[in-house]
Amino acid sequence: MNTPQADRWLPGKLVVLALAMFGFGFLLVPLYQVFCDITGIGQRTGVPTADVVVEQPSDRTVTVEFVATLNQYAPWEFRPAVQSMEVQLGKLYDTTYFAQNLTEQTLIGRAVPSVAPGTASKYFKKTECFCFTEQEFAGDEGRDMGLVFSVDPALPSHIDRLTLSYTFFADRTEVAQANSST
Amino acid sequence: MSEAATHNAHDDHHDHGPAKGLLRWVFTTNHKDIGTLYLIFSLIMLFVGGAMALVIRAELFEPGLQFVNPDFFNQMTTMHALIMIFGMIMPAFVGFANWMVPMMIGAPDMALPRLNNWSFWILPFAGTLLLSTLFMEGGAPASGWTLYPPLSLQTGNALPYAIFAIHLLGFSSIMGAINIIVTIMNMRAPTMSLLKMPLFVWTWLITAYLLIAVMPVLAGGVTMLLTDAFFGTSFFQAAGGGDPVLFQHIFWFFGHPEVYIIILPAFGIVSQIIPTFSRKPLFGHDSMVYATASIAFLSFIVWAHHMFTVGMPLAGQLFFMLSTMLIAVPTGVKVFNWTATMWKGSLSFETPMLFALAFLFLFTIGGFSGLMLAIVPADFQYHDSYFVVAHFHYVLVPGALFGAIGGAYYWLPKWTGYMYDETLGKWHFWLTTFFVNLTFFPQHFVGLAGMPRRIPDYAVQFADFNAISSVGAFGFGFSQLLFVYIIIKCVRGGQKATAQVWDGADGLEWTVPSPAPYHTFEEAPIVK
Amino acid sequence: MKNICTRTVTAVIALLGAASPAQADWGLNMPVGVTDMSAEIYDLHMLIFWVCVAIGVVVFGAMIYCIVAFRKSKGAVASGPSHSTTAEILWTVIPVAILVAMAVPAAQTLVRLEDSRDTELTVKITGYQWKWEYEYLDTDVSFFSNLSASSNEARLLGSEIDPATVENYLLDVDRPLVVPTDTKIRYLLTSNDVLHAWWVPDLAIKKDAIPGFVNEGWFQINEPGVYRGQCAELCGKDHGFMPVVVEALSPEDYAAWIDAEQVAAEARAAGTANRMASRQ
Repeated sequence: MNTPQADRWLPGKLVVLALAMFGFGFLLVPLYQVFCDITGIGQRTGVPTADVVVEQPSDRTVTVEFVATLNQYAPWEFRPAVQSMEVQLGKLYDTTYFAQNLTEQTLIGRAVPSVAPGTASKYFKKTECFCFTEQEFAGDEGRDMGLVFSVDPALPSHIDRLTLSYTFFADRTEVAQANSST
Repeated sequence: MSEAATHNAHDDHHDHGPAKGLLRWVFTTNHKDIGTLYLIFSLIMLFVGGAMALVIRAELFEPGLQFVNPDFFNQMTTMHALIMIFGMIMPAFVGFANWMVPMMIGAPDMALPRLNNWSFWILPFAGTLLLSTLFMEGGAPASGWTLYPPLSLQTGNALPYAIFAIHLLGFSSIMGAINIIVTIMNMRAPTMSLLKMPLFVWTWLITAYLLIAVMPVLAGGVTMLLTDAFFGTSFFQAAGGGDPVLFQHIFWFFGHPEVYIIILPAFGIVSQIIPTFSRKPLFGHDSMVYATASIAFLSFIVWAHHMFTVGMPLAGQLFFMLSTMLIAVPTGVKVFNWTATMWKGSLSFETPMLFALAFLFLFTIGGFSGLMLAIVPADFQYHDSYFVVAHFHYVLVPGALFGAIGGAYYWLPKWTGYMYDETLGKWHFWLTTFFVNLTFFPQHFVGLAGMPRRIPDYAVQFADFNAISSVGAFGFGFSQLLFVYIIIKCVRGGQKATAQVWDGADGLEWTVPSPAPYHTFEEAPIVK
Repeated sequence: MKNICTRTVTAVIALLGAASPAQADWGLNMPVGVTDMSAEIYDLHMLIFWVCVAIGVVVFGAMIYCIVAFRKSKGAVASGPSHSTTAEILWTVIPVAILVAMAVPAAQTLVRLEDSRDTELTVKITGYQWKWEYEYLDTDVSFFSNLSASSNEARLLGSEIDPATVENYLLDVDRPLVVPTDTKIRYLLTSNDVLHAWWVPDLAIKKDAIPGFVNEGWFQINEPGVYRGQCAELCGKDHGFMPVVVEALSPEDYAAWIDAEQVAAEARAAGTANRMASRQ
């Protein structure tokens, strides 16, 4: 019944294609990371920049704004020490964010950074950042968390203002415990 | 190719007909039986999804909440979309493929008949599973059919069931697609070269490849959603280094080709109907094939036009704007070719032709609004407004659904052996076309005026157009009862149909008697 | 429910009325808006609309001509060609040319939209289920913006309140975002929980608020006034009930407003500090 050109292995090939596409769905995750790193589309700057070469500071300055957001009404106080600063490109600066645990329990939190505009994120270099690790706070503990950064002189000229945003996520299970025990 | 030849082939074989009783339908491996099952299932789902649409339109009839609470409203918009896409329109076209592809290429049956049985019988279970989430604690998924996290992660108990239902529906589509490709590639009559294949077969071949390429990606995406919700992964949660926008990329990598999965078979059906009732061969058959293939290819590189507002780099916005605009070119070629098919033809206007013509006009309107949506700066105003709702309903209802309804009228005499009631068919057409426009055209206006989609209640300045739209929706819904009546009447009897049915019809399926015998083309026909 | 018949009748009358062009308060079209960019986007919208209309006249005209002229019932006999390379090349090349012609102004507008240099004021907007929070950078001013009480009461299932009697039903808030006119304002968008989208049609701005990430954009309002919009990304059950209201004041009025707010914010902060101190 089959035509002369019939391909007995076609069903198998198509199954393999379907499975490969299922795998491709997961492959999109690392591909997206790569894509983000190249374009800054996902504005992720959580990864420490391995070797920040402090270049010759340039004369150009930009304004860097610092903002803080709490996720899901986390029981924390979280704010930047300064809301903005003038920054000379290529020079190292340090600043702090203040965080305080408003419960009596020990809590773990994590600050997730993001830079606007997204295309500027790859020029925003952090050598030291509290966002690199999870932060543990005893009950009621409040402390300043440090950040050392510089802005790459290669920053495109159409950007004159950057925003560094941290969103503070509390470990959900612990928050639930803290809420239920208070 | 003559009728006599088919009859001879018939006599040579012992023509064992269908088994008796209900179990015939459970165990059948016959492509015609399975095609019928698919079509009946999708017709039932049309009414289930339609009932949900009517709940939505009833609530939106006037400002204020009258019937449902906002959470249930969101469940309705979500389930309406999932049921209509995965339960209604996709199975409908698989049903057409089952019935017609073997008959159009001169094959005795589908290549993998048992797989075919499974592909169908997964559907009622998956559909029931999906619908059962409505009765679960926390209700059905209410985050839209796009299931964007983090909102979809707030779904109650229903999330894993809904995701499993999507897996099953996807599994069924993939198996169906494999079967269709193998049938077309391996079972064609030896004299039917690829470019001689009718356009419906061509569009389905390309659709089936699209299905195999993207349904697994959706399966992967929703699996990641599931592990994020229950197994502590952070694919889409910023807290763990993930990104909610990544889900949108994965979803629309599936979602945009999905749009063409839905519309291409309708293109195929319209490409069969218009030549028949123009009594002329399809204009530019080969360029239609190439246009279909280009649309399928381009559909993989336009996905991010669904997400211009997420904050993309300029280069990304420009790329996706241009690639999206480019898709208008092959789509335009199709519209021009259909028009040219009618040029200097000899046109008559039976119900299938009427639906095909309405498709031609109204799908083009949906195409225009699609072109407008591609213009990124303007999209910032259109995005997630009722303008988008109007756009995709114009493409999917008078587009895909009209293609399916037209196809049903076109082939009903071949399936049942009787002519449907032409007068009632025309009534059905005019009612449906009037109400579909009454429903969806005003939605362009409220969308431009600033009404967001997926809201259960709205500001009073949107009231009049919404009232019109609701009246239209109820009219449209009830008009479809007439369709059911016409089908039942046609199955039960009527004027006997000839083998060719339509005097302008051309193709292998019209060489076998009407109704088509249980087994056809047990010996390959010769194609001119 | 009580007035389904009346509403249907008014709707039908309105439908007939909609055919007449002077229906400004009917909201048939996109607003021109109050920023240069919104006007530019409106022009782009109208340009592509008329291009589509023009193509539509040609294409639909051809289809209607075929339907009228080549009827079998009038004795038409099929005689047309089934292939024409010239025609097919033409109707591939012409659309490409039209599309390129439309892409150019669209790209130019996009480039202008992306130019966020020289902003004078930054406002941070945070989406919550289901309200907005506005923070004015470099001040202590921040507040939530909730659906107004009158709308919130009327919108409940079975409230028996006719929405038509509520002023700005579902488009009014307790505290709007106040901004100066003639000032290039930068906005930052993020979210506390799920995705939201901040949409004000008069400013031609729609942008997603994404938890963990910050988006930016800018606007410069030319006319003082109150501009209303809504959340545009499904965010849960009360997605339809978190409007966006922007009140634009003249720069002088705005300066007075923000000073008063700053004083009030400092007083509140001092009050909290005092309470904390007295507790210890």
